[in-house]
Amino acid sequence: MAQPPLPPPPRAQTSPGPVKVGTAPNRRLGSVRGVLVSSPPGRRARLSSPGTGRSSSEAREELRRRLLGLIEGNRVMIFSKSYCPHCTRVKELFSSLGVQCNILELDQVDDGANVQEMLSEITNQRTVPNIFVNKVHMGGCDRTFQAHQSGLLQKLLQEDSTYDYDLIVIGGGSGGLACAQEAAILGKKVMVLDFVVPSPQGTSWGLGGTCVNVGCVPKKLMHQAALLGQALNDSRKFGWEYGQQVKHNWETMTEAIQNHISSLNWGHKLSLREKSVDYVNSYGEFVEHHRIKATNRKGQETSYTAAKFVIATGERPRYLGIQGDKEYCITSDDLFSLPYCPGKTLVVGASYVALECAGVLTGLGLDVTVMVRSVLLRGFDQEMAERVGSYMEQHGVKFLRKFIPVMVQQLEKGSPGKLKVVAKSTEGPETIEGVYNTVLLAIGRDSCTRKMGLDKIGVKINKKTGKIPVNDVEQTNVPYVYAVGDILEGKLELTPVAIQAGKLLARRLFGGRLEKVYHTFFWPLEWTVAGRDNNTCYAKIICNKFDNYRVIGFHVLGPNAGEVTQGFAAAMKCGLTKQLLDDTIGIHPTCGEVFTTLEITKSSGLDITQKGCG
Amino acid sequence: MAVMAMAAALRGPGGRFRWRTQATAGGVRGSARGAAAAQLGKKVAVVDYVEPSPRGTRWGLGGTCVNVGCIPKKLIHQAALLGGMIRDAPHYGWDVAQPVLHDWRKMAEAVQNYVKSLNWGHRVQLQDRKVKYFNIKASFVNEHTICGVTKGGKETLLSAEHIVIATGGRPRYPTHIEGALEYGITSDDIFWLKESPGKTLVVGASYVALECAGFLTGLGLDTTVMMRSIPLRGFDQQMSSLVTAYMASQGTRFLKHCTPSRVQKLPDGQLQVTWEDLTSGKENMGTFSTVLWAIGRIPETRSLNLENAGINTNPNSQKILVDAQEATSVPHIYAIGDVAEGRPELTPTAIMAGKLLARRLYGQSLDVMDYSNVPTTVFTPLEYGCVGLSEEEAMARHGEEHVEVYHAYYKPLEFTVAERDASQCYIKMVCLRKPPQLVLGLHFLGPNAGEVTQGFALGIKCGASYEQVMRTVGIHPTCAEEVAKLRISKRSGLDPTVTGC
Repeated sequence: MAQPPLPPPPRAQTSPGPVKVGTAPNRRLGSVRGVLVSSPPGRRARLSSPGTGRSSSEAREELRRRLLGLIEGNRVMIFSKSYCPHCTRVKELFSSLGVQCNILELDQVDDGANVQEMLSEITNQRTVPNIFVNKVHMGGCDRTFQAHQSGLLQKLLQEDSTYDYDLIVIGGGSGGLACAQEAAILGKKVMVLDFVVPSPQGTSWGLGGTCVNVGCVPKKLMHQAALLGQALNDSRKFGWEYGQQVKHNWETMTEAIQNHISSLNWGHKLSLREKSVDYVNSYGEFVEHHRIKATNRKGQETSYTAAKFVIATGERPRYLGIQGDKEYCITSDDLFSLPYCPGKTLVVGASYVALECAGVLTGLGLDVTVMVRSVLLRGFDQEMAERVGSYMEQHGVKFLRKFIPVMVQQLEKGSPGKLKVVAKSTEGPETIEGVYNTVLLAIGRDSCTRKMGLDKIGVKINKKTGKIPVNDVEQTNVPYVYAVGDILEGKLELTPVAIQAGKLLARRLFGGRLEKVYHTFFWPLEWTVAGRDNNTCYAKIICNKFDNYRVIGFHVLGPNAGEVTQGFAAAMKCGLTKQLLDDTIGIHPTCGEVFTTLEITKSSGLDITQKGCG
Repeated sequence: MAVMAMAAALRGPGGRFRWRTQATAGGVRGSARGAAAAQLGKKVAVVDYVEPSPRGTRWGLGGTCVNVGCIPKKLIHQAALLGGMIRDAPHYGWDVAQPVLHDWRKMAEAVQNYVKSLNWGHRVQLQDRKVKYFNIKASFVNEHTICGVTKGGKETLLSAEHIVIATGGRPRYPTHIEGALEYGITSDDIFWLKESPGKTLVVGASYVALECAGFLTGLGLDTTVMMRSIPLRGFDQQMSSLVTAYMASQGTRFLKHCTPSRVQKLPDGQLQVTWEDLTSGKENMGTFSTVLWAIGRIPETRSLNLENAGINTNPNSQKILVDAQEATSVPHIYAIGDVAEGRPELTPTAIMAGKLLARRLYGQSLDVMDYSNVPTTVFTPLEYGCVGLSEEEAMARHGEEHVEVYHAYYKPLEFTVAERDASQCYIKMVCLRKPPQLVLGLHFLGPNAGEVTQGFALGIKCGASYEQVMRTVGIHPTCAEEVAKLRISKRSGLDPTVTGC
């Protein structure tokens, strides 16, 4: 990464921890703006509420809001103590710059100690002076003087309210749109920049990001198409009769799916317009602090400024970097709008994207092979992952384990054409060849953060992954720039690491296994008459023995798994224990009820195959 | 139906008195109890006998749920859903040759075979756990003895230390209506019909009535529901009216505020039903192939000679009075499941009550059954899952001012491409108004409602608040995630229609 042109932005000197100044656009601060008339320097002010009957948490919340109001409502806000020499230096600095500032002398207000406490909570800085310039937390005296020397202070001071927007969101996906709309509802002037760089195969799409266009939505609709194929099979067992020949028409399906997506794109545009969010279909790139250049499809450039920015550019599928990959392979960016049936397909990768695509294509009757370098569904419970794999294998998906492609060659053009894939073993010198109509790469995704001028304004990214590190209010190292969604570093990956670290610690402390695992197979009632496999669907929970058998893991493999899991997720938020699971009445006959009758622990080794009825 | 399962108490190996339990109705609860008790090392017998229905339908071990309730109901519901999926399939690119027909006979055979396999499974399970099974019709001789009569008339006397009555209930016939008993069928028969019932009149507005009418319509039959007053009494009434609105949109006819007065058989075998329209006071007539009564169930207590053992019943409901321990007025005789007064008529509650009872009886635990917040799902064409209080009940208990209802109309993703109407897909969460807004009830109308509701039932058990549910991350794209996105309160008056992704 290029060296930032500016010194590191101001931060609390006393602590490297998160800067929590409540200026994130989605915070509900709008309502407190202007409510509080700040006290002029030297005058005694009361910040605490005079009420007596209020709970302390309410009072604290009130104080926090008042402080944030002061910070939001003043160009320069200094929290100071009248006798402090550092404070005096800072006041003199601003005075010499001819800048008016609002000063609150903590030693002259009734609840100065509370204010200091709260400031420390908000900024992680306990000392005075505590200085904010245009809502940005500068830090203390030294930081302010540093910023003055580097020019950042002047920059921040200039930035008054002369920006075109309060907020510019770069990226019109789920995260970006939600953020933009929420900010607009709070009365801010907001712009969304969204631009889809066409995939190497030339696929591009409308507003709404990955989920709507090339992710969850088309994926689930194709999944539904595949499930309907299974339903058609089942239906004969349930007495339905129709012609024996049932064929699937790829074009009909993709057209219907694309129509639905277009309506969603339209809906997103409409809802931005309704909320008075400006939408610009251009590629956004930072050119200097607070300024972004937007380039449209025709190459025309416009430039906009904003007080705050949210980066929500998400990720795009990764390519292998081997001969022929960008020329001939497709990714999930292309699959859902592919104008022709992909035919015999090789799916490369073992991510959930890879397995979902492979499952869908198999369900639609295609010949599908999945090439896996190492484990399936890395990061998921590996027992569940292997069960998913073996279910797919039983239903016709072929797996080539421990191979990676080294070359893709076109044998024939066409829709689809014919491709030769050469792969080599990860364990030895062995190579294999295969001929497929389509090769779908699903080996991972890369953040779209490298070509947007982040280096120009000094936003740090992880050089390896391109992800952006943020603090716990989604703020990057540049205080006015925030990031949401897939590009965040460590937001997901960190959780399992923490769990693992906690587990290891507990094991060291307590010796012996921390968790107890309950599990069972189950046979969905709908599958019985249809003659579908028994002892395939599987339910498992993991409980923490040392925490009142709190449920710390929930896994289900079977139909409608999403619908089943949602409520249990809510219950886990509320501190679900095994006892509560046992006390809950099942809804009969459903798959979900199996979790209320889990009795067999894994450590008991008892048989969990199903014979009779629950 | 008179099944009584009795766990007969015989002498234990050490000459110690073991127990006899009489579990009525080898229903699921009988078996659960019996099996659980046997697992605890007790000597147990189950006495089960199915009195044929007036149409002559009979079945095996397992009770209502397995034979003439939940299990066949959900399977036929699935058959009807598959019909909908066949209609959806062309939208998703599947070429399905027309015409699409449904063969009742084939479905019934498949469903019945599965049920029979369950009957067998229950018997094996009892055997495995050394529970003696008697296929006899039981009645009390005294408070420790029952007399069982086989189909052939042979009598057996069994005595037990403890007796559990779990005989359940059977559908009620409106015997005051001319022709009702002779020509009508009930849910005891519908799942065992060899031939399609054809054009059907379903009388009643219970969940049984609506579920049956729903699947018959879904299988392509001309189906009419006749109801006297409100649908799904006891359930949330807004949800109930959405349930029937969806059914009507799918082709089920409704005759509201009508009561039948006469059923006559025409020379061609068709049934002519005469009814009174309570609104206009006029009499109307219609012809049907089948008339299905689903007007309620009566507990199976009359043939038990309960008075011989001194067991008290509620004279109105004829159900057996029980305490929190499930004990009847005779301390060593218990009643669980549908036959007990004030208990929800649901299989899983009966199973859990049975298990807990056995554990209490044999000293494994003191836990009593918690009958609050029991979740359930009505498998109408658009399924309705609920747990906790209805909006009406919440208002009645806490006062309108203290209740906040969050709600949303949503569109399941699967409906979009299939161009299905989703105007009845609706969710509401009934909460206390005071922060943190404890969740009192959740009502979900949409596909897979049972699967969606189960987890939230746990949430409510854990004391979930509205805030906690809102802090739960959704699983995208599912219907269940809409629950975690309920932002609009009824009080706000805002449009609760979910738009966008």
